[in-house]
Amino acid sequence: MELRAPESISFAQTSFCPGCGHGIVSRLIGEVMEEMGLTEKLLTVVDVACSSLHIDTWKFDTVIAAHGRPIATATGVKKIRRENPVLAYLGDGAAYSIGIAETMHAALRNDNVVTIIINNGVFGMTGGQMAPTSLAGQKTTTSPKGRDVSKTGQPFDVVKVMGSLDIPYLARGSVSNLGDIRRTKKYIKKAFEKHMNNEGFCLVEILSPCPTNLGMAPVACSERIDGVVKELFNTGEYIDKEGTK
Amino acid sequence: MATAIKNTAKAKTNPEKCKGCYYCIKACPKDAISIMDIVNKKGYSPTQVDEEKCIGCGACYTVCPDTVYTIE
Repeated sequence: MELRAPESISFAQTSFCPGCGHGIVSRLIGEVMEEMGLTEKLLTVVDVACSSLHIDTWKFDTVIAAHGRPIATATGVKKIRRENPVLAYLGDGAAYSIGIAETMHAALRNDNVVTIIINNGVFGMTGGQMAPTSLAGQKTTTSPKGRDVSKTGQPFDVVKVMGSLDIPYLARGSVSNLGDIRRTKKYIKKAFEKHMNNEGFCLVEILSPCPTNLGMAPVACSERIDGVVKELFNTGEYIDKEGTK
Repeated sequence: MATAIKNTAKAKTNPEKCKGCYYCIKACPKDAISIMDIVNKKGYSPTQVDEEKCIGCGACYTVCPDTVYTIE
């Protein structure tokens, strides 16, 4: 067996913090693109926050959208480049808080884009503020005594919100352990296959550790995902049906 | 007579890329990965692979966020 990271994502050193899940997801995208022969064709739209750090370290043609709006921008890119795969890549703060309107309406319109949302439970780049996906009681810089759900509402669960919509693919993966990383790669590949069939809006949410902002060692942070976060955010495929577009 | 297929693939590291998250140490099924005594240019202690123990399974490659490992 020979394994080598695709050159499209490994030619430069990333500037992510030690233990950040973005690096793993970027490699999975690179591997899937290599297997499908789409490395030269993929157009990506990334968000302003941590996901924008990819622009120097992957070779795909990239647009940086306004904060929270990569999915809306990707919809536009897809409309003029119909033969290219288009990926919107963003974090949970952007997708579920700042850009919730764009995320919801892209799903309601069943726009033909692949969306990958990195869910780490905090706003990463700005210093670990509370995000819609922060767990009840989770300590962040804006909830130093733990998230009070009676004031700030329940954690945002994309499966509950979008689980009944008429979209072809919705899955939640994780990069916290070996088995989940391999399953997540299958989810990403399936989303791109459906995308190339023009089936519609494919969303893959990926649980990812953020050791810097949670103040934990990387290994402890990924164990927290396996032990605590997955109790609320189960991984798996939630919608997998023939698209109508 | 059946002969065992000898797996000659081994994990190779690129210590300069390592950021010291040590996911690989947790993922390695053979405990073949350990921390080196040196620090790299970025100030992290990189990992090293014991080739005697390595079976080339690719677990370290899969969990590494910084593409430190190649299996060859």
